[in-house]
Amino acid sequence: MTLQAYQEKAAVCWAGCKQNYGVLMANPFLSGGQKLAVHYFTVAMVLFMAQLLFGLLAGLQFIFPSFLYEILDFNVNRMVHINAMVVWMLYGFIGSVYWFLEEESGVEIVGLKWGQLAFWVLTGAVTVVVLVYLLIQIGAGNDTSLWLINEGREYIEAPRWADIGIVVVMLTFFYNVAATFAKGKWSGIAGVLTLDLVALAGLYLAGMFYVTNISIDQYWWWWVIHLWVEATWEVLVGCIMAWSLMKLLGVRRQVVQTWLYIEVALMFGSGILGLGHHYFWIGTPEYWFTIGGFFSALEPIPLVAMVVHSIYDAGAHRFKNSNHPALAWVIAHAFGNFLGAGVWGFMHTLPQINLYTHGTQWSASHGHLAFFGAYATINIAFFYLAMQQARGNVWMGGDLANGWRWKTAAVLLNLGVLGMTVALLIAGYEQSFIERAVEGSTWAGYFSAQNHPWFMQAMVWRMVFGLMTAVGGGLLFWDLLTIGKGETRSAAVITNDAVTQEIA
Amino acid sequence: MTEQVPRWASETFWKKTAIWVTGGSFVLLVFLTFDSMKQISAGGPRVPAFSVINKDISYRFDKTKQRYQPVIGDEAPLFGKVLTEAEAEMLVDHGKKTVQAKNCMNCHTLLGNGAYYAPDLTKAWMDQGWGAKASREQMMVDFLLDPEKNARTYGSNRKMPNLDITQPEAEAIVAFLKWMSSIDTNGFPHNFRAIGEEDK
Ligand code: HEM
Ligand code: HEM
Ligand SMILES: [Fe+2]
Repeated sequence: MTLQAYQEKAAVCWAGCKQNYGVLMANPFLSGGQKLAVHYFTVAMVLFMAQLLFGLLAGLQFIFPSFLYEILDFNVNRMVHINAMVVWMLYGFIGSVYWFLEEESGVEIVGLKWGQLAFWVLTGAVTVVVLVYLLIQIGAGNDTSLWLINEGREYIEAPRWADIGIVVVMLTFFYNVAATFAKGKWSGIAGVLTLDLVALAGLYLAGMFYVTNISIDQYWWWWVIHLWVEATWEVLVGCIMAWSLMKLLGVRRQVVQTWLYIEVALMFGSGILGLGHHYFWIGTPEYWFTIGGFFSALEPIPLVAMVVHSIYDAGAHRFKNSNHPALAWVIAHAFGNFLGAGVWGFMHTLPQINLYTHGTQWSASHGHLAFFGAYATINIAFFYLAMQQARGNVWMGGDLANGWRWKTAAVLLNLGVLGMTVALLIAGYEQSFIERAVEGSTWAGYFSAQNHPWFMQAMVWRMVFGLMTAVGGGLLFWDLLTIGKGETRSAAVITNDAVTQEIA
Repeated sequence: MTEQVPRWASETFWKKTAIWVTGGSFVLLVFLTFDSMKQISAGGPRVPAFSVINKDISYRFDKTKQRYQPVIGDEAPLFGKVLTEAEAEMLVDHGKKTVQAKNCMNCHTLLGNGAYYAPDLTKAWMDQGWGAKASREQMMVDFLLDPEKNARTYGSNRKMPNLDITQPEAEAIVAFLKWMSSIDTNGFPHNFRAIGEEDK
């Protein structure tokens, strides 16, 4: 194609975007907060696709080490892979909260304009950060690099300038949540959510300084990572789930709120001191063996409780609802959270086993199933809830037009991630035995485990299932863009005890 | 149904429980954090002062503890220069910053945390792969300056990329790795035979 043809194509594409954007902003079915939420969801989906793409690149490099060597090295691909994940999930969470803020508080969002501004600022910053990751990649060993290019600490690599930007944006978000509830009405969900957001944002500060001492560095680094995913994110998701269950199944508020408090007690009661399971080997004192081992071993309990809770609710309401994709993903969330975080986490959390599995593909196996099962799923469920409303609260239950699409996407995504998890688990067992137990963790030991046929086969299977995941992801995106289009039946009216279907 | 909700199933009971459990756990964590900080600051009981890079550092099985632990030996100045505590800290600090700026952690693990594409760096300083203690420092620097040419992939074909590391940066990284290897990591990695410990 000539340059001109490209330009024409780009112009058409841009016009299409502008038109779609106009349609979104004119959508009569969405409140101001919900339109803002759709902004967040859109970027979240784009970043999800980027996550999958860079995961594939990184996974391929295990099999073909010279692939993209010194162009996009493994560390670059991996950094983009996991950063895109953290950011898309946060976008999803912020969007979900903006989505139900007005309904839950009973008033309009206090600072919607600020929220919109914050969205564009954050999205601009994310774009710049990613471009710098890809084009500049690394810097000299000085403060300037850490401030402008990359901080070099897994998951929170974002350079310091971006950290500060993120904090400002989070403060805007927090202001909107707290002030809107304050102006309207507080509820149990509102209270838990607001306090949880304070903790979530506060924890980010623990990852925003440099120290020479790597033991102290990792001590605080885990405050961010662990206390996010095993405490504050879980509770945030608990709030979103509580609201979704009321919405999807018509569960009574008193029931979900009581459960929410139980979950907070169990999750924070185990997760805060469960932090100690990352303090076995980083130089920290031996008492963390006992504290970390004990409390983290309790962490699966709230996850079991959540499964019980959602199954009970679903059963009590006879699964009657008019958004099947969302309900399916809520169920995937309950099981995925339990399996990925609860079961996979528990399996390597005692120091006696972690001595051998620490920092092997075992961790990657758990990381994939936990992040996907706990957080990707609930976000996807919410995206479907949002699309239903955006289309005019249409029917999205049985015999949906093109219903194969969401089903296929769900099967591919869930099977794909489960398959990758099992492949990585096998690689992790092999690595723990051969590199760690037998060869004593030398470099030679590391490579004899990496070169072993069992390991190499596992890497191939990871790619097979990774491709399946990526195809599922693409299909999901397509489905979200089109589901419910042209649907004329309206959704059932969900009430507290009974589900009645309105005849449209 | 006009059921009476029992106290243990009531919303307020669980609200109060949630608040107390969270508060209690957090207070305990803060308390433990103060203690841990004291024990892991450089020069404390578990993390040696930066000037430990002037000494020989090894790793041996301790019979009473039934685990491996670092052993600090005689004078063995890095690159033949004895450094003061302040000089050593500056050097290790430069190394740490370089490790972050070059994004080592997204291929390697450090203290077991990071990525799994390349070997753990916790005890890289005393890995037997460097052959002999006498030539190790130079080999490490050469490797960091040109990892492609000096690649030792053990048949994996996985090569570290050239990260534009300068001579001073390479030396600083080696200092950082040497210092990190002296941290008491409670016996991780287990069963690791350090360079110079082959016959012990
Ligand atoms: C949704 C919740 C969870 C998520 C998203 C999650 C995610 C992760 C990830 C990504 C890692 C690897 C970190 C790294 O890169 O070094 C990790 C490590 C770990 N997780 Fe989880 N996790 C969750 C819950 C749990 C639970 C409930 C447990 C225990 C019962 C657990 C136990 C562990 C342990 C022991 C490690 C350390 C692995 C090592 O030593 O290398 N996790 N987790
Ligand atoms: C297209 C499918 C995917 C592929 C091929 C893939 C591949 C990879 C690779 C190669 C790594 C680096 C592991 C290492 O350091 O050895 C990685 C890390 C990671 N990926 Fe994926 N990934 C995919 C999808 C996902 C999904 C869907 C999630 C979660 C929603 C996810 C979450 C993670 C996490 C948390 C880590 C860090 C794990 C750790 O440090 O322990 N990935 N992935
Ligand atoms: Fe954890």
